[in-house]
Amino acid sequence: MLGFIIQRFMQAVLVMVVMSVIVFCGVYAIGNPIDIVIPPEATQEIREEAIRRLGLDRPLYEQYFIFISNLLQGDLGRSFVYNIPVLELIGGRLPATLELVLISVISATFLGVSLGIYAGYRPDGWLAKMIMAVSVLGFSVPSFWVGLILILVFAVNFGWLPAGGRGETVEIWGVAWSFPTLNGLWHIVLPAINLALFKLALMIRLARAGTREIMLTDTIKFARAAGLSEGTILRRHLLKLISIPIITVFGLELGSTLAFAVVTETIFSWPGVGKLIIDSIGVLDRPVMVAYLILVAFLFVTINFVIDLVFALIDPRVRHGVSA
Amino acid sequence: MSDARTPLSRFWAEFKENKIALVALVVVVVMILLALFASIISPQNPYDLAKLSLMDSRRPPGFVGSGGYTHLMGTDPQGRDLLSAIFYGLRISIQIGLAAGFVSLTIGTALGITAAYVGGRVEALIMRLVDLQLSFPAILLALVIVALLGQGKAQLISALVAAQYAYFARTAYGAAKAERGKDYIEAALATPLSGSLVVIRHILPNCMPPLIVVATVQIANSISLEATLSFLGLGLPVTEPSLGMLISNGFPYMMSGRYWISVYPGVALIILIVAINVVGDQVRDQFNPRLRK
Repeated sequence: MLGFIIQRFMQAVLVMVVMSVIVFCGVYAIGNPIDIVIPPEATQEIREEAIRRLGLDRPLYEQYFIFISNLLQGDLGRSFVYNIPVLELIGGRLPATLELVLISVISATFLGVSLGIYAGYRPDGWLAKMIMAVSVLGFSVPSFWVGLILILVFAVNFGWLPAGGRGETVEIWGVAWSFPTLNGLWHIVLPAINLALFKLALMIRLARAGTREIMLTDTIKFARAAGLSEGTILRRHLLKLISIPIITVFGLELGSTLAFAVVTETIFSWPGVGKLIIDSIGVLDRPVMVAYLILVAFLFVTINFVIDLVFALIDPRVRHGVSA
Repeated sequence: MSDARTPLSRFWAEFKENKIALVALVVVVVMILLALFASIISPQNPYDLAKLSLMDSRRPPGFVGSGGYTHLMGTDPQGRDLLSAIFYGLRISIQIGLAAGFVSLTIGTALGITAAYVGGRVEALIMRLVDLQLSFPAILLALVIVALLGQGKAQLISALVAAQYAYFARTAYGAAKAERGKDYIEAALATPLSGSLVVIRHILPNCMPPLIVVATVQIANSISLEATLSFLGLGLPVTEPSLGMLISNGFPYMMSGRYWISVYPGVALIILIVAINVVGDQVRDQFNPRLRK
């Protein structure tokens, strides 16, 4: 077991090193940031001064080692555009993304699981068919398009909900949050629906498949024979049995929702990390791009590492034996 | 059951039974035809800047422009006839989807079958890489690569391929691994036939059904991903807009109620993607032995 952990850990470290080299080289190989940072009318001396200050006159491998040694000390460089430390910049935007992602994934899970259980419980009813049709649409329609339609219908046509921005925010421990204010909550609704739709479709499918399978098992037969009401069976027995894959997917999807937030944040001008990275790509703000990509890679490598460990620790068959 | 018909005609007969899939197939074919003959059926060549007039920009559907014909779907901010722009956009979207799908299919299949056939360290290396990549969201990978490579058709296709080949590699690996263990492959290998010939003549054809299913889904995904990237401003140059770019162009005008610039190209995009997915679903069901009666 220890050997397995060490092996996976070394693999994760190796992946991170390779990712950092690829990202660093890739991002630094394109365009000339000097043209963006320095106005064209600047004198030659100012130009050279700036190139030296940003460390752009050194060879690429030297820049990389400076970058890595700074990275290990928690310093990811300064943004060319905002001229503040990148970590501070990303950290400042993170709460907006986090609240959006968490609200979407949690509500998608609750709603998706309830609808999925219903669709699996009465698979032939018209409502179940409707639910499945919605989930198919959720899978195939591109998320940016759903966002546009939401804006068109609810913001432009009916004028019920705001089309962009975070609205009023409240400071809690020095961090601005939107969800505690009514106005802020109002602003979250559309982007959250947009971001949640794909997860909703996924959760419906998972819950439905699990329900259909488990409703046929002896557990349910015996529970019925014992005279339990259908509601109690669903809540107390079925929900427990289908929750294992759902929790696994919930964890996995939290990461990928962060990635999809890039699209949603752009459409709804939501000032989170995703919007920041798209803007940074547009103006070639390299330190921000590098830092974002490395943080995301780190996030995914960590999630995968943890999942590997959890799967190794809990053999699904053993777990199944305990719960069923 | 003995059936004198060829497998293909049997397949087709079964396909025809699902009316929804049949409609979807017709839709896909019609859209491909529209894309192929865009230059003949469009009222206007949307890439010919000399034909565009700013006087005609952002006009609603039904407007009769300076060209003397009716713009059935209105015009975009550059004064392009939207219907023509959609036909041409369809062409670019389908082109990119097919190119990305085909290249990913080739690379992914080659990697997957190599891993399954050679085994050992090569297998471990390739499949570990593929698994790793599958754990990252495709959109993020494509986004990164486009950001690194810059704009253009070739760059966009490379990004889509890099984001998607892993699905093919996984599928091909699974299928080839199963075939590899079967007796007929052992028998073929016992003959003087070379290993590569056995792979190409015996293993590859038997891996095709699942790969075809993945290919249809991935072509739809490529089209959707391309549209998303273009919408984010990271796709193709504005001069030759794909469907995603058309939608993106119209987005700023949506707030002032000029819905058609974004909505019509979007509807075309959705119809295309959903139709391909429905066809893909039906093909998958027909290939799935567990669902066979």
